[in-house]
Amino acid sequence: MTHTPLPITESPLSFASRLARWWRGGDAQPAKRVQFDRPLTPWVFLLPQLAVVVIFFYWPSVQAVTSSFYIEDPFGFGSTFVGLENYTEVLSNNEYRSTAGFTLFFGIVVTALSLGFGLLLAVKADKVIRGASAYKTVLISVYAIAPPVAALIGMMLFDMHIGPFTELAALFGYDLKVGVNYRDTVFALITIAVWKQIPYNFIFFLSGLQSVPVSVREAALIDARSGWRRFVDVTLPLLAPTAFFLLIINVTYALFDTFGIIDVIVKDKPANNPITLVYKVYLDGFKGNDIGSSSAQSVILMVLVTVLTVVQFRYLERRVHYG
Amino acid sequence: MAQITLKGVGKTYAGGVQAVSDVNLDVIDREFVVLVGPSGCGKSTLLRMVAGLEEISQGEIAIGPRVVNRLEPAERDIAMVFQNYALYPHMSVRENMAYGLKNRKTPKSEIEARVAQAARMLELGPYLDRKPRALSGGQRQRVAMGRAIVRQPAAFLFDEPLSNLDAKLRVSMRGEIRKLQRRLGTTSLYVTHDQLEAMTLADRLVVLNGGQIEQVGSPLEVYHAPASTFVAAFIGAPAMNLLDAYIEGGRVKLEGHDMGLVALPDGPITLGIRAEDLSIGTQGLPVTLDYVEELGANRIVHCFAGGQRLALIQPPEAPLSEHMTLRARPQALHLFDTTRGARLVAPATRIPEPVA
Repeated sequence: MTHTPLPITESPLSFASRLARWWRGGDAQPAKRVQFDRPLTPWVFLLPQLAVVVIFFYWPSVQAVTSSFYIEDPFGFGSTFVGLENYTEVLSNNEYRSTAGFTLFFGIVVTALSLGFGLLLAVKADKVIRGASAYKTVLISVYAIAPPVAALIGMMLFDMHIGPFTELAALFGYDLKVGVNYRDTVFALITIAVWKQIPYNFIFFLSGLQSVPVSVREAALIDARSGWRRFVDVTLPLLAPTAFFLLIINVTYALFDTFGIIDVIVKDKPANNPITLVYKVYLDGFKGNDIGSSSAQSVILMVLVTVLTVVQFRYLERRVHYG
Repeated sequence: MAQITLKGVGKTYAGGVQAVSDVNLDVIDREFVVLVGPSGCGKSTLLRMVAGLEEISQGEIAIGPRVVNRLEPAERDIAMVFQNYALYPHMSVRENMAYGLKNRKTPKSEIEARVAQAARMLELGPYLDRKPRALSGGQRQRVAMGRAIVRQPAAFLFDEPLSNLDAKLRVSMRGEIRKLQRRLGTTSLYVTHDQLEAMTLADRLVVLNGGQIEQVGSPLEVYHAPASTFVAAFIGAPAMNLLDAYIEGGRVKLEGHDMGLVALPDGPITLGIRAEDLSIGTQGLPVTLDYVEELGANRIVHCFAGGQRLALIQPPEAPLSEHMTLRARPQALHLFDTTRGARLVAPATRIPEPVA
């Protein structure tokens, strides 16, 4: 093996001049650095996004995990390390368990109903030929309403004294008491949450339907007489990727994004109203000033979400056909 | 097996666009009829009306003894092969073929037998459990054919099934479709814009233009006796030479040159001559050479006769010069009305019998 002499340009340079060269990007190999000639430039571009992620995600997460091991004085004067006590207390608490039960129920019902109605409306709107854009605009416009605003509208409709839905129920002899009666409140919450989410699902299902090739639909038209069979055998499997995506989005929505709706509906009502786990985190932490317990709850939620996402991607996605 | 009858069939789209008007056609049992025409001539619309994918605005379509105007596509007992195959992407080849039968409550054993038979016929055996995306274009086309075959329908409808394939595959699939149709004896209606495909496949050709039938006939009839200048220009490659000429005292005059005798009154006419019917002689129509296209087996010679362009086919060894004189047998002259484009006299040539 022959001896290859080292490139002599490397050694005589002082540290300062090497640094200057590095800064100028003089060492840059043209093949590797196509976009930026200075090594810090890409980081400068990334900085705002990284800052957002770190400040609003990683930092609070770390804070939550740390404070979940402490019991904090309600007035913020000091905190005591208690290990896993916050967790054991939360998990053995009956109220927490019933809230978790309601959250599960709420999540399933809201996801199922908003996906179902979204799909139904999309299938029907897809068939409309005359005035199609008017229908679609009307259906989609609800999506532009923020959750708290949707909840406010909902609350007016369900108001115990002046709400038209209450009057409608009274017409059938039912005394609808949203905010007082547990079941009535559940009904109102689900109705508002579903109503708010339908347009989102509608948009995606509609675009999914429109991406099913016309000729495949026509082939199905020749192969199967029943419209229901065609829908189940051909349209639905081709919608599966869309549906899978929406499933994840809807579960997340039902569990987390309904916070605003729940807040508006139950905020100034008597106790014993249905709330979700996320709302309980807020309630215990900011209303109850029990930061330790609240942090422990949010860590539990974090773990749940991680598990849920992994399960969804690992097991559901496998059964989804991507054309 | 059945015959397809179209009576005064027309299609008017919303907005009053008349895509197809007053089409009368009988496709007899076991016949292979090709609808051919340029894009926008209404051939696909016509086929889709037979399939039930397009509503019939006027007239009546019958498949076998049944008028199908009001029947769903699935009830018409037809199978269709689409241009882009239209396979179900989430089903395996086997499921794709079986789906139509399953919905018709065919017994399982029967479905299996038919799928196996079709797979053997189309050499799809090794691919039965694959999804369409794992197949090549030609294989997908076979699956689409298989899906039609297993149904054993009264009629096959083909909507430009070969236009997504490359040229070589197209030629071989063309042959296979022809053989398959002969073997199964299923009445077939086939749409294409490719005149060569139409000529090679058809028992009978239907040339469409602007939503109306220009001519119906066997490929050779249509080739040798085109009913109009449109058909003359559309069928055959290179296209028939269509030249402005006139009749004077019972003789056809082209650029002042006497081309032959006809029994027609004096006046302007359009004279059609196929490129292969022109030959170079010692006397005749004087032309000047423009350019030559070499095809290997022969060459297409483009010339000017006066101000008019014409083409002739010559063997590659034939000598060419700047100025030549061309001749054509009097039987090879096609005369058309200049304004309407319609054929003026019956052909004197005897049309060769097709080989069965």
